[in-house]
Amino acid sequence: MICDICHSNEASIHVTEIVNNQMQEIHICEECAKKKGIMMSPNFGLADFLANLTDFGLPAEKQALGQKQLKCPGCGLGFEDFKKIGRLGCGECYTAFKKGLQPLIRKIHGNLQHTGKHPEGAAGYSQETASLTDLEDKLKKAISDEAYEEAARLRDRIRAIKNNKDENK
Amino acid sequence: MTLNDLLKNTSEWIKGAGPDSEIVISSRVRFARNLSGIPFTHWASQQQRRQVLKTVKSALDSNNYFKKSLFLKVDELAAVDKQFLVEKRLISRELASGSDSKAVDISDKEIFSIMVNEEDHLRMQVMQSGLNLEEALRLMDTVDNDLAGKLNYAYDANWGYLTACPTNVGTGMRASVMLHLPALVMGKRVKGVLMSIAKLNLAVRGLYGEGTEAAGNFFQVSNQVTLGHSEQEIVDNLQRVIRQIIDYEQGARDNLFSNSRTALEDKIWRAYGVLSNAYIITSKETIDLLSIVRLGVNLKIISNLDIKTINELFIITQPAHLQKLEGKELNPQERDVKRAEIIKKKLKTT
Repeated sequence: MICDICHSNEASIHVTEIVNNQMQEIHICEECAKKKGIMMSPNFGLADFLANLTDFGLPAEKQALGQKQLKCPGCGLGFEDFKKIGRLGCGECYTAFKKGLQPLIRKIHGNLQHTGKHPEGAAGYSQETASLTDLEDKLKKAISDEAYEEAARLRDRIRAIKNNKDENK
Repeated sequence: MTLNDLLKNTSEWIKGAGPDSEIVISSRVRFARNLSGIPFTHWASQQQRRQVLKTVKSALDSNNYFKKSLFLKVDELAAVDKQFLVEKRLISRELASGSDSKAVDISDKEIFSIMVNEEDHLRMQVMQSGLNLEEALRLMDTVDNDLAGKLNYAYDANWGYLTACPTNVGTGMRASVMLHLPALVMGKRVKGVLMSIAKLNLAVRGLYGEGTEAAGNFFQVSNQVTLGHSEQEIVDNLQRVIRQIIDYEQGARDNLFSNSRTALEDKIWRAYGVLSNAYIITSKETIDLLSIVRLGVNLKIISNLDIKTINELFIITQPAHLQKLEGKELNPQERDVKRAEIIKKKLKTT
């Protein structure tokens, strides 16, 4: 059996958890166990373990767990809020919560790419690109107005969107 | 046009003049749209919702289809009027139950109905009689394209039209068809047909009631997927499936007519008998009996009645309609009496 984390070494540590008739298993090799400083204490919970593995390239659903703390910069809606009420806050939420939304939307529609009509003159319009351009304009203005705190906020938002873009290439 | 004009005039689709209207009552296409840069309705501030309403209204005012339209703000409507609009299928329950800055713009002949600040900033619908999704889509496109030029829709090249709920993202389009399937129900074949529809990613709902039983043998079939297919593909897909169902229902009707003619005629004339003679009749009984009588008219077993009258009866025997016709509030018992009175009157004049 291959390690669930590195997918290369043989797994020598097998953890099985049974809670309320639900069973979850994970198999890891010694190297990964050491690397991640995984504690093999008796109170070890599988859920916590999995929740910390967001950067291991696990399936999208588990990766979405990292989206927990996310808030949309456009309207302030949190990803957790969305999960409770089932509705997004604004168009920018689709960009902010992209990673968390993709598996959900794929499940609902079986597709991730719109192939229907578009408003005239908006064929290649990308919410992301528009937000970026808009934000970059706002940043220039904030700097010239010497509103440095606002400029710092804008810079962070731009960085976040660019990171998002790179990760999804 | 005023609200009370809606009481006097019948919606275009009720006239029953569309294609395949013996089995298909109506076709509907709905587009969900939002304005860019403003939070979706439930997350927007009061001021933002007012802004949406103002912007949308001025865009609609300059559209030809809405020159003589009826524009209504939900918070200015009495409860019975809101219920009346829901019964006419011009607004949703969601819009009716809200208030601040929620509104609807209804075009002449009730072909278009545009809700503002419902789940999305704009929920636009077009109704056509019979199976006519093509025409419904064409009309919807016309208005949508005009508004797109005046407003700034929230749109993305990857996700499509952005909506409050991800179940609507992409085309934002819900195409649906209302069907009357009495023969399939009587032949106990409807469940099989509906289950195979569900496998095709289409949603089926019984109308006039919740749960598995569909009162009046009415069913609404609509697409569930809105992202990844073009608007035309969604319509073509749905149309193809509906054509199949029409064939099944027609086959079941022919079967009943040739193999159980006497039992069928008995059922139909008994229904007609109760409807034309009862003094007290409930909503449920009305719908069930009207459904059978409708089949009787389709099969030409009843010849002195037309489909338009039957379709009208389905609508005007609903609670808010009865009260508006009477001009005052009625309790359930009074409604049951008024209902029987109206039915008798309509059936006698034919």
